[in-house]
Amino acid sequence: RFYCKDRIIFVTKEDHEAPSNAELVEDDPNDPYEDHGLILPSGEINWNCPCLGGMASGPCGQQFKEAFSCFHYSTEEVKGSECIEHFRGMQECMQKYPELYPQEDENESGPSGGDDTAPAEPSNTDAASVPDSSVDEVTVAGTENAATS
Amino acid sequence: MGKLSSFSPADGAAAESLPHTFSSDPPPASAMSPVEPALPEVPEHAPYLLIGGGTASFAAARSIRARDPGARVLIVTDEADLPYMRPPLSKELWFSDDPSVTETLRFKQWNGKERSIYFQPPSFYVSPRELQTVENGGVAVLMDRKVTHMDVRGSKVKLSDGTEISYDKCLIATGGVPRNLQVIERAGEEVKKRTTLFRKIEDFRALEKVSRELKSITIIGGGFLGSELACALGRRSADLGLEVVQMFPEKGNMGKVLPEYLSNWTTEKVKKEGVTVLTDAVVKNVSYKDGKVQIRMKDGRVVKTDHVVAAVGLEPNVELARSAGLEVDSDFGGYRVNAELQARANIWVAGDAACFYDIKLGRRRVEHHDHAVVSGRLAGENMTGADKPYWHQSMFWSDLGPDVGYEAIGIVDSNLPTVGVFTKATAKDTPRAVTELSGTGIRSESETEAVAGAVAGAVAGAAGAPAPPPQQKEDYGKGVIFYLRDKVVVGIVLWNVFNRMPIARKIIKDGEEHADLNEVAKLFNIHDD
Repeated sequence: RFYCKDRIIFVTKEDHEAPSNAELVEDDPNDPYEDHGLILPSGEINWNCPCLGGMASGPCGQQFKEAFSCFHYSTEEVKGSECIEHFRGMQECMQKYPELYPQEDENESGPSGGDDTAPAEPSNTDAASVPDSSVDEVTVAGTENAATS
Repeated sequence: MGKLSSFSPADGAAAESLPHTFSSDPPPASAMSPVEPALPEVPEHAPYLLIGGGTASFAAARSIRARDPGARVLIVTDEADLPYMRPPLSKELWFSDDPSVTETLRFKQWNGKERSIYFQPPSFYVSPRELQTVENGGVAVLMDRKVTHMDVRGSKVKLSDGTEISYDKCLIATGGVPRNLQVIERAGEEVKKRTTLFRKIEDFRALEKVSRELKSITIIGGGFLGSELACALGRRSADLGLEVVQMFPEKGNMGKVLPEYLSNWTTEKVKKEGVTVLTDAVVKNVSYKDGKVQIRMKDGRVVKTDHVVAAVGLEPNVELARSAGLEVDSDFGGYRVNAELQARANIWVAGDAACFYDIKLGRRRVEHHDHAVVSGRLAGENMTGADKPYWHQSMFWSDLGPDVGYEAIGIVDSNLPTVGVFTKATAKDTPRAVTELSGTGIRSESETEAVAGAVAGAVAGAAGAPAPPPQQKEDYGKGVIFYLRDKVVVGIVLWNVFNRMPIARKIIKDGEEHADLNEVAKLFNIHDD
């Protein structure tokens, strides 16, 4: 059999050991067309980041945005300590929609694509610590190559 | 007397005290217990009107809500279901052990995580009736309603029952309708009622029932949907005592997508899933005879079966083109839109129905789930003022049973010249193993929503001359296939190699001519797990 237009190469692990000499074009971090992670080049929050799941778009989206914005821009020594009211408002809202924001621990690190699962709720009521897990996970997403979003 | 605090019209004294001119009007609010204003079921105006209730529409709704605080979004769908994702209908739902899966439409993945095919439960949405008044806005879904007419000059649409809805921004995400074979259309009622055109939840439910009750199902079509359904049914065939046949004109499964050697290899895998595969099969006529559907092929072969599934493509829904004055593309079908997905002022199109200009790859129309998500999101961004072109390349995937899977991106057309770089698959590389390891959730989630791995960096360095690859027997267990157009990589298939999509996307985006594609293949670290 002769596959003229379809070339086939078999490679062993050793064949691929030497680093590639293929060149990739350097990415422009300020490319306006690119999707961005959680934080835009301007420093603003990208509410449309897939990493947030549907948190900013659901029924408690407004409260979520207020709380998270407050936290993001907070310059207090304990970051977000002045945002407790916002987080309380957010939690109150989320408790009204247990289907969307389950309170159990089953939520894993990444927000799932569909359900609006909240970041893992802490057992204590200190609202300021609520975003920590989400910040961790979104920080990871934010530092990813823009391609991840 | 304290009567004024609350009285009803039945109170004779109150009735006497009202001026007669008000007798037929509602009593003044201050004199009455509160009366709810009667809001119409269908809002008269929607700032954001999304026609179609599928994946692209939902993605747009979410995007609009994220960017426009308090946005009021109305989705109008002719289906009786809230927005849901399609891929599980031909994959995960069939693998579920739960007998009530046809009711719940939930499924457990390999790692035990369960979810519904619905993007959001009903509590996420507001009712259409309260859309215009609810604080903070929301997304409302008007079901069982078809938009039959679009008046662009007046910025409004008309539903099949005559109701009109005006809009500020409108998205058309009407998807498409499964194509049928002419020979089946002409074959009469007895054949047609034993034929499934598979696309919606109701089709899944009907086919699932058929698979339990009948003895033989034949799938016509060798592409994604046909092959996935064949594998899904094939896996059940032994338990159910069900014969599963798949037939198509190409030489092998995915013949229009995969290079011939890989298509052949895939066909053998499909056969191992319990499917009788008939290649080079062109249906000449279909009839109902002696209690069986008889499919006669041009070369004389005959298949006698109980039920037929036609998976022969999608006809994009452009019913509104005429009334709206929108352009339809003659090459690819669908509404013609620009790189920003705009058809005309204040009208965008996303998903299967959108024939759009891809700056990198040229004008195209894409019928995949992730494209619906990406384009829906983009349309939502542009409807809220972003003006961004289609840039983030969407991907797609297919699993042929739990042991073989691939992800792909770009233009993956088997007519193009290809270069495939392969190694041998280990047990670690199957889709099942991937989800167990990564725990990133079901494969049917959009890839854009999963936290992907870091991009493998390119390291310029002295290129060692590779040893000549040993000639293996044709075992294409694991590898990367590049699709070329004018020496530039325009498409990539990752064959049993997962979590590498970002680097594939990067290579397509660069659009560079690479002298040695084996060097490019190295970037994928295909030997690693």
